Amino acid sequence: MAKLLIKEREIVIPGQELAEGLDFLPGQGTSRDENKIISNYLGLVSVNERFVKVIPLSGRYTPKVNDVVIGRVVEIGFYGWTIDIGSAYNGVLSIRDAAEFIERDDDLTKYYDFGDLVIVKINKVTRNKSIDLTTKGPGLKKLLGGKVIEVTPSKVPRMIGKQGSMIQLIKEKTGCDIMMGQNGRVWVKGKSTEKEILASDAILKIEQESHIEGLTDKIKKMLEKNELR
Amino acid sequence: MSYDKRFSGRKFDEMRPIEAKIGVIKRADGSALFKIGETIAIAAVYGPRELHPRFLQNPETGILRCNYDMTSFSVPERKRPGPNRRSVEIGLVTEKALLPVIDLKQFPNAVIDVFIQIIQANSGTRCAGISAASLALANAGIPMKDLVSSVSVGKVGNKILIDLDKEEEDHEEATDIPIAITNRTKQITLLQLDGNINKKELLEALKLAKLGCEKIAKIQEKTLKDYYKNEHE
Repeated sequence: MAKLLIKEREIVIPGQELAEGLDFLPGQGTSRDENKIISNYLGLVSVNERFVKVIPLSGRYTPKVNDVVIGRVVEIGFYGWTIDIGSAYNGVLSIRDAAEFIERDDDLTKYYDFGDLVIVKINKVTRNKSIDLTTKGPGLKKLLGGKVIEVTPSKVPRMIGKQGSMIQLIKEKTGCDIMMGQNGRVWVKGKSTEKEILASDAILKIEQESHIEGLTDKIKKMLEKNELR
Repeated sequence: MSYDKRFSGRKFDEMRPIEAKIGVIKRADGSALFKIGETIAIAAVYGPRELHPRFLQNPETGILRCNYDMTSFSVPERKRPGPNRRSVEIGLVTEKALLPVIDLKQFPNAVIDVFIQIIQANSGTRCAGISAASLALANAGIPMKDLVSSVSVGKVGNKILIDLDKEEEDHEEATDIPIAITNRTKQITLLQLDGNINKKELLEALKLAKLGCEKIAKIQEKTLKDYYKNEHE
């Protein structure tokens, strides 16, 4: 009776029927309608034993606890900083959660000013979507110089590669410093503008072709031959 | 008066040629173009994002806002730009046509903005707008239970037909009924009617609309899948 109506890694649209029968369970990005499992997103299906889930191909970043993201300061209050992290809701970095020691009545712009880029970790996401951020932890800091490019958040794991192989490759070949936030923002800083452009072109190339197998080798060749664009 | 042959030479159950595209606006979170005959609608989706003014925020659920507008050059006689009574109404009915398929519960206090621009009009603009908006929402990665497709049906003279064009709409004995139907569950989310039609004819028109929407649904599915397939190859 139970039947799978799709193949692994197939592209599905919202409302498409993925499986029939109660033996399958709806995972992330799907829902159950009577005895059928329905996709809720335009995305790729993945089936793990009895679980069927859909990974969206596009969309804004959904904050998750312990994610490291790149944010931009948009507001400063008495309590701390409001930071845009590219999701539907802004995050709050309170004075308590900042790595620096801040004296009473101190000018907060001394630490993080409007428009500054900060690597932050998500501490807490409440049910009504207020997001607590922190800069306490290894690698969390203000970013100086460089540039930021944006990619689709769901493609971030592909860009990092297996055990960071892809990002390591770009770092080696271009000599750039690269930080990748889970929210799809990528910070690139190199010794020269040319190197930065080379690195960001490589990143955008990966975003475009993220589904191809053996992409790491392809990018490697391209970086060596300077063939990007 | 009998209406034996359509002005355009189409069959009574034949729609104008349809074309759809997604990802047409780079800076939007999701966008789509939907073309049926000479009618062209472009939809752009922004969000979910923070909702201002704050008194409109709802802590229990997100909000959908639809904005429908016709460009001043979309019709033969220049249209005065900006919103008017008609466009506000169409914005609201579009919103209600799309609301049942979108899961807004995940976005308390936030808003999803949909902007529909008609860049060329020859009847059926609200239907084209809804079909485009549904594609754009899927492209924006917004959680949806289903997609929506929409087409107009109607009665001209004594004939029931699908996808009226301007010439037919302006016929003295014409009744135009825009209808939107969800793709999988086949539920009606929009039905507007002013004019004369009896029950039997209306049921016949609904049947025709269902067939038309099925065809549009297939085109929508193909558009969405092909966009990512092409990007994949």
